[in-house]
Amino acid sequence: MRLLTRPAQYAALVLYLLFLGFPLLWLISASVKSSGELNSLSASILPHEWHWENYAEALTKQGLLHSAWNSLIVALASTALSVLIAVPAAYVLARLRGRVRVAGVGWILVSQVFPVVLIILPLFLILRALGLADNLAGLTLVHTTYMLPFALWMLQGYVAAIPVELEEAGAMDGANRLTVLRTIVFPLLAPGVVATAMFSFVSSWNEFFFALVLLQSPENYTLPITLNMFVGGEGKVALGPLAAGAVLAAVPSIVFFSILRRKLTSGLMAGAVKG
Amino acid sequence: MSTETLPRETAPRKPPRRKPAPRGQAARTRRREAIGLVMPSLIPILVLSVAPLLVGIFLAFTNARLVRHPDYGFAGVDNFTRLAGNTLFWDSLRIGLIWTVGVTVLQLAAAMGLALLLNSGLKLQGLTRVLALVPWAMPPVVVAVMWQMIYSANGGPLNAVLGSVGLPSDINWLGDFSTALPAVIVVGVWVGMPQTTVTLLAGLQQIPAELHEAAAVDGAGAWRRFTAVTWPTLRPIVTSITSLNFIWNFNSFSLVYVLTAGGPGGKTMVPVLFIYLEAFKNREIGYAAAMGLVLVVVVVLILAVYLRSQFRDDRAADLRKGR
Repeated sequence: MRLLTRPAQYAALVLYLLFLGFPLLWLISASVKSSGELNSLSASILPHEWHWENYAEALTKQGLLHSAWNSLIVALASTALSVLIAVPAAYVLARLRGRVRVAGVGWILVSQVFPVVLIILPLFLILRALGLADNLAGLTLVHTTYMLPFALWMLQGYVAAIPVELEEAGAMDGANRLTVLRTIVFPLLAPGVVATAMFSFVSSWNEFFFALVLLQSPENYTLPITLNMFVGGEGKVALGPLAAGAVLAAVPSIVFFSILRRKLTSGLMAGAVKG
Repeated sequence: MSTETLPRETAPRKPPRRKPAPRGQAARTRRREAIGLVMPSLIPILVLSVAPLLVGIFLAFTNARLVRHPDYGFAGVDNFTRLAGNTLFWDSLRIGLIWTVGVTVLQLAAAMGLALLLNSGLKLQGLTRVLALVPWAMPPVVVAVMWQMIYSANGGPLNAVLGSVGLPSDINWLGDFSTALPAVIVVGVWVGMPQTTVTLLAGLQQIPAELHEAAAVDGAGAWRRFTAVTWPTLRPIVTSITSLNFIWNFNSFSLVYVLTAGGPGGKTMVPVLFIYLEAFKNREIGYAAAMGLVLVVVVVLILAVYLRSQFRDDRAADLRKGR
């Protein structure tokens, strides 16, 4: 009856896990290998000796720590900004009917097809005119704007899950809308805000294209840009520290995403599945 | 991620006629409140995404260059006539379509197989799901660095594995004219496939087991059950993730840029990369904007044709069922 027998099914699954997991293992293993072992033609998956100094070198010598700091500032600031301005808008989007909602939803849809190549040139000119090109504040604003549609979309789902009756009860008791928002809606929204914030943080932390175009001075580089410089300038940096830097750069995203895994797959995919 | 299904989701909830708008002081206050709450989002969006879009369209009809004090001249359709003769641009469009279609289709096919596997009650499901979001969560730059090591011609593990089974083991995967594009496509599949799998799996788990049991009782084999039960139920999900993956892959930049920077010899020069170089290396932003505009039109046309064909198939199926 089955297309594949059980053993064949397991073989296929193991093959997939190898395809998925092997590159990760290789990267991690490269990050603890000595440069001699990395350059030998017979490298093995397990290092002969463990060399933690790659991590120390990546952090101290290569300017990685400074760009990680820049990334952290930009990611925290744009996360705070986007969540702060998305929460009230998401509330409106979820609660009100009619044209406001249609326009908001329409814009979120369009943002998925946003032709970034067409945007990036004028965006660069606009930011340069404002004195915000090659500037972390400028990059923060750009990240905020481009994370907003998704933040709005996530948050409005969480707002929609809060029963309107709770708000009506609050209104009956004579509270005005802002009080209702503050005392009833926001506390219930907290888990959603945390999830959205984590997602925003990771998007900003990983972002490459805008940072590449907007940042020109090395002291403003974010982590992805610095890593790319190491790749580009071959021979400049040893493979070991590069791998160590790459592992470090991936850690926050992977930690946050594993926390969010259930929420992301159940919550976000629900829309697609229901369709 | 799944924003494209919004209208469908909200459509049925809409009352037959909109409630007559509340009048008077209360309505005005409500509207003012709504505007006040939306405004903080609206301003950055207008300034940093809607305005650039409009300026971008305008730039496409100018001969603007990326210099300190740009001096725009209206160029009419000059950029587009010049573009018509630019074979490098059309090459990049062709390469971009191979990359996009290759990644999207392989990703879907592999993810479908895997989702079916995982749905048939194998162990290791937990591990697979934990691993599934990792490629998607990793910074694209890190993914690219990692795969450069895998593909390396000097002691890279891929060549080592090939060598150990007696195959040629000195291939410069990312540097060779014939292997560069396929090698880059494999990385694209690696990044996107787990996410597609998880989505499909969620869809599979919504199919009631009774449907399969009923089909089995009627004597349908595994393949027949897939085509008659599984596939039609998954169709809407497949359509939406295919469209989204198509857009993301077509617009993707970072992965290819870090892996190969378009090389060797332009063999992996996807259009977004081509435009980036035109704008920021050749400094011809008017011309580059025209390319961007052509690209948007191409994507929208392809998606329109695809979505239309899906819609027509659905209609035909409905008619067959006598609806």
